[in-house]
Amino acid sequence: METKETNKEALKGGEFLIKESSSDNVFIPEEFNEEQKMIADTCRDFLEQNVLNRLDEIDSMQNPELMPKLLEQAGELGLLGISIPEEYGGFGKDFVTGMLSTEVLGAGHSFAVAFAAHTGIGTLPILYYGTKEQKEKYIPKLATGEWKASYCLTEPNAGSDANSGKTKAVLSEDGKHYILNGQKMWITNAGFADVFTVFAKIDDDENLSAFIVEKDFGGITLNPEEKKMGIKGSSTRQVFFNNTPVPVENLLGKRQEGFKIALHILNVGRIKLGGAALGGAKEAITHSVVYANEREQFGRPISKYGAIKYKLAQQAILSYATESATYRCSQDVENAINAYVESGMSKEEATIKGIADYAVEAAIIKVDASETLDYVVDEAVQIYGGMGYSAESPVERAYRDSRINRIFEGTNEINRMLIVDMLLKKAMKGELDLMGPAQAVAKELMSIPEFGSNDGDEFEKARKMIKNFKKAILMIAGAAAQKLMMQLAKEQEILMNLADMAIQTYVAESLLLRVEKLAKIKGKENILEQIAMMNVFIYDASDIINKAGKDALAAFAEGDELRMMLMGLKRFTKHEPFNAKAARRVVADKLISENRYCF
Amino acid sequence: MKILVLISKVPDTTAKISFTENNTKFNTEGVQFILNPYDEWYALVRGIELKEANGGSVTVLNVGRADNDPIIRKALAIGADDAVRIDTDDLDALNVAKQIAAYAKDQNYDIILCGKETIDYNGSQVGGMVAQLLGLPYVSLATKLDLNGDTATLERDIQGGSEVIEVKLPFVASAAKGMAEARIPNMRGIMAARTKPLNVVQPVDAANATEVVEYSLPPSKQGCKFIDPDNVEELVELLHTEAKVI
Repeated sequence: METKETNKEALKGGEFLIKESSSDNVFIPEEFNEEQKMIADTCRDFLEQNVLNRLDEIDSMQNPELMPKLLEQAGELGLLGISIPEEYGGFGKDFVTGMLSTEVLGAGHSFAVAFAAHTGIGTLPILYYGTKEQKEKYIPKLATGEWKASYCLTEPNAGSDANSGKTKAVLSEDGKHYILNGQKMWITNAGFADVFTVFAKIDDDENLSAFIVEKDFGGITLNPEEKKMGIKGSSTRQVFFNNTPVPVENLLGKRQEGFKIALHILNVGRIKLGGAALGGAKEAITHSVVYANEREQFGRPISKYGAIKYKLAQQAILSYATESATYRCSQDVENAINAYVESGMSKEEATIKGIADYAVEAAIIKVDASETLDYVVDEAVQIYGGMGYSAESPVERAYRDSRINRIFEGTNEINRMLIVDMLLKKAMKGELDLMGPAQAVAKELMSIPEFGSNDGDEFEKARKMIKNFKKAILMIAGAAAQKLMMQLAKEQEILMNLADMAIQTYVAESLLLRVEKLAKIKGKENILEQIAMMNVFIYDASDIINKAGKDALAAFAEGDELRMMLMGLKRFTKHEPFNAKAARRVVADKLISENRYCF
Repeated sequence: MKILVLISKVPDTTAKISFTENNTKFNTEGVQFILNPYDEWYALVRGIELKEANGGSVTVLNVGRADNDPIIRKALAIGADDAVRIDTDDLDALNVAKQIAAYAKDQNYDIILCGKETIDYNGSQVGGMVAQLLGLPYVSLATKLDLNGDTATLERDIQGGSEVIEVKLPFVASAAKGMAEARIPNMRGIMAARTKPLNVVQPVDAANATEVVEYSLPPSKQGCKFIDPDNVEELVELLHTEAKVI
């Protein structure tokens, strides 16, 4: 595969708020190369031949050997080692290719969760933070699926507040082992895992440390499988450590570095969740449109009715937008990793840093993708009507399985707060100049509004709107930070509002950049559906941003200041009259004629 | 053991079929193409299995332009050793067979395999024509192929049963369902496919013997008509006047 030229123009993490991007500098999924497509086909074939034809069997959990066997089969095809370096038995593929495989396998319901847990939070801590010896011992076996991995962070009383965990590690008298005691909860793949990455506090440390624990070390017991709403075929159990002896050389990273490791691994998990959710969403859209074309009421297929067209279009628009953001960010991460490697960093260190640079975007993608998927599966059930409520229909499972995505890898609430928190921290550290642009916007408010011309094509107009969205965020975030200062962190409702504004803006911009680039490649006349998607999304985004902005402003400002900022917000979220119905129909009609998700 | 597998590119089964130029050309706009399943699942995989058991090499051959390369590389990813593409297009079956025969005649292949048909034109012609042009025996529609020294034993389904055929190498056979189990290309194969040789050769002079005059789509499916079991007369009437089958 050709290596992509490292992109010097790319924005750093969080900079999307204050700078504009050129569509020439974003990666779009329409540019996958032949090898990437072949890998995607292999993932798809694997799903169809081994997973999608036995979803009931997988979810019944009657055969505890089935899921580990499926992982081994995926391992035989090399799918567990796509992102693992060749020296450790993998295939050393870039971040975008890894994302693509996650996306395609993301349609695999419970299997997708087992796969993501094994290759992501299960394998990556050792790959990124392990010593050479640790990596040589564990990674090749994880790459083939001979050993399965699991990640033990959450405890009954330590979920979002992960660092408050009570699991303890104490050095043995001979100094050769850490003796591990504690209880972990909601542990994916626990039932069959051979290797656990366990987070525990050594003595009375303030922060967690991480340990590589083999099942055979002893003192490990499991509770029965949890009875869950969805992903019923994914093994989720409590794991108890009762005087489990862990050799001192199995400390992962440094003492007290565990919390940092946990957070960094979650960054990867978050952006990858974007891919996985996308795979599920596309599958659910295809089910929706096929059913809508088959199901007849009042003598016509229900896909002929506008109410159904609206749903189909909206499912596709949100998914296409999510996809634009996910792959834009994936390539940005890949470019950052390459740049760090060029500057002399090890691949592992570069990967951690590259991903951490885009932690804001990763959190945005996590929230956006999981909520897109929930919208898509909800409407899929609605399109199926009564049939959608039946456990016989494929969308019933999709509906249940989707829900967890808004909870794990950090709840969407935690992620929303993180988005704002990380942006403000970047600003305070001087990594991101939010205050300069915020003051410029405040100044602009005092001046006579520039009405400008309405000339320019749809891209020009969209660019202008997104530029204004950014001004709205800067204005409100700047004012809130100034007014509330340290108090802002406690005003979670305002943080949610600001996060929603940032999410809409990043995703809308990613969609614009993608469609603009696609127009350059294919010609505008050949991508009318994509242009319609872009226009609808940005039109909707302006109202979402307006509403979130109003809520935030009224929560901390008053009087003339409030009135002035509300006027500014109105100006920054203004849009021309737009026939969204007609645009949605363009999108829906394409889906209906192709009878599948086709963008 | 030198094995040649003939592979074709065909539209994906979900592709929407339409025509251009006054219904004389297939409209490829927006159509996804795949490796012909009979070539891939049965002929190619059995060829690779024979090579794995007996040593030797598997070459895949395609007649077509550079836009066929993705399906050729898929065949390499599944496990073929090298590939040949004869760089021409718009040929009829006889012309394709002549191109293949012209290339294959000096290569001393022990076995030449192809799928029993392509899923687009379903002609089932090229295999037999290649055999004729090379003066080799031809076994069509084989569901099983085993080797014993320089003799192959093949099975084919016939009306009411099956037929077992022995044939001396070299020979040509077309593969039907049952000859092998489809293989998914693995990561190692996909990465190796990049570096395996894909030789592009020039076509020989040969003319088409047939010409497509017109394409048309099958009539759209009619809805089912239900007739009350008590009303046999109506059924007979409709079969006679409407369906015109009696």
